[in-house]
Amino acid sequence: MKAFSYERAKTPAEAAAAATRIRGAKFIAGGTNLLDLMKLEIETPVHLIDVNGLALDKIEAMPDGGLRIGALVRNTDLAADDRVRREYPLLSRALLAGASGQLRNKATTAGNLLQRTRCAYFYDTSMACNKRAPGSGCSAIGGISRQLAVIGSSEACIATHPSDMAVAMRALDATVEIVKPNGATRTIPIATFHRLPGGTPHVETNLQAGELITAVTLPKPVGGTQLYYKVRDRASYAFALVSVALIQQKDGTGRVALGGVAHKPWRVEAAEKLLPRGAKPTAERLLANAKPTHDNEFKLKLVERTLAAVLAHAKELRS
Amino acid sequence: MQDSEDINRREVLIAGAATAAAAALPYTALSQGSGTAAPVISKVSIEVNGKTHELSLDTRTTLLDALRDHLHLTGTKKGCDHGQCGACTVIAGGRRINSCLTLAVMHEGDQVTTIEGLGTPDKMHPMQAAFVKHDGFQCGYCTPGQICSAVAVLNEIKAGVPSHVSADLLAAPQVTNAELRERMSGNICRCGAYSNIAEAMAEVAGVSA
Repeated sequence: MKAFSYERAKTPAEAAAAATRIRGAKFIAGGTNLLDLMKLEIETPVHLIDVNGLALDKIEAMPDGGLRIGALVRNTDLAADDRVRREYPLLSRALLAGASGQLRNKATTAGNLLQRTRCAYFYDTSMACNKRAPGSGCSAIGGISRQLAVIGSSEACIATHPSDMAVAMRALDATVEIVKPNGATRTIPIATFHRLPGGTPHVETNLQAGELITAVTLPKPVGGTQLYYKVRDRASYAFALVSVALIQQKDGTGRVALGGVAHKPWRVEAAEKLLPRGAKPTAERLLANAKPTHDNEFKLKLVERTLAAVLAHAKELRS
Repeated sequence: MQDSEDINRREVLIAGAATAAAAALPYTALSQGSGTAAPVISKVSIEVNGKTHELSLDTRTTLLDALRDHLHLTGTKKGCDHGQCGACTVIAGGRRINSCLTLAVMHEGDQVTTIEGLGTPDKMHPMQAAFVKHDGFQCGYCTPGQICSAVAVLNEIKAGVPSHVSADLLAAPQVTNAELRERMSGNICRCGAYSNIAEAMAEVAGVSA
């Protein structure tokens, strides 16, 4: 690990200002992904700004009936929150499908959104990776790509976003609240928070330099049957090959988002109109223009079958 | 006699680690540029097993390395050092965490409990005694992490924290074999003592696994 200096930030604006002032500084909250990457010298911050002391660990009811989740709320606490379990069960289910108990106790809401891909070629510093070393190429293309993206990828990168929580938040139309270095605030809808890789896979979100996430807000509950199915190589503590987040109303309409298939949570609103017609047409529309590799083309069928299983479960719960 | 054997074993392990480091040198040399910054030392005060320690540490020191190398509490083990195996599990602020994935300087004022704080050979914690009774280990390397995790898991169930296998998110979770296995998935045991670990936990919880 490279040496770094360390400070504990007192206010969100102060943290954002420090990150702008010190070139190569990074925020640290749970640290479960950042420290892992620092040990491998994939991340090499010269200065860490510990944001754990900022009072951003509350879950508050909003006047519009929604919920405001502080950036520092731990994954365990968010999944276990009574209001989340009752009104946004999709979010609890997605969180509980991710990582291990130890990691969920540390990992934060904002950190979960900002975690980096687990593509093996990103982690292996002897391999070419445009995300780790822009312009070096992509060893994953033509490599072992079973886990990697089938849609929205580019010739520069076929990595996936590893989060389960973000997939649920995409289906729930969450909004990310941000403070800028000058103290001003702004919001980004979750739909445009993460980016597709294009020619700049190292730029993963639309956050600007120094900006700090302060909260994620959820609109008022939409009800319906909410299910999160995650298909993986072992029953627990593994990243998704494919995951499906479903919110379905009594009349069969609803929303669906996918994990494990793209560089960001994958949702195609036009595909949702097809939900009442079943899994096959919905999955076909969701994955139209997919560009799988030889290793991961099985994911296309797996999405359809997982969606079919989720829809069957939802129907059973409604009857 | 026991002490000298212990030291010998440790020396062998240290020699082995040095050999591994030498073998990995080309990669290390390649990845560390000439502009490496000097270490930064920071002070931190941590309460470990009821005793407060004032430490001056390189900011890079993980909580795990602070416990093992600075406080000489070597019960907590380093397995993968990447949060994948759970051997380093300790209880910090009442919650189980991977001590390898957190910096010691981030634990100013925190209360940390390691395996040494749970019990002693003469006065074992009920979970330690149950692991012995049910053969919840073979080589024992993952065991301190397993036991810290197991103690915390029973508290999590008691506190009503749901899991991936909880059928009803709104009901109080029960101590079932499926719940224990899911909640313990962050602790890997390559000897495969899992079923006995679940039995030990069930006994402490007062149910049958």
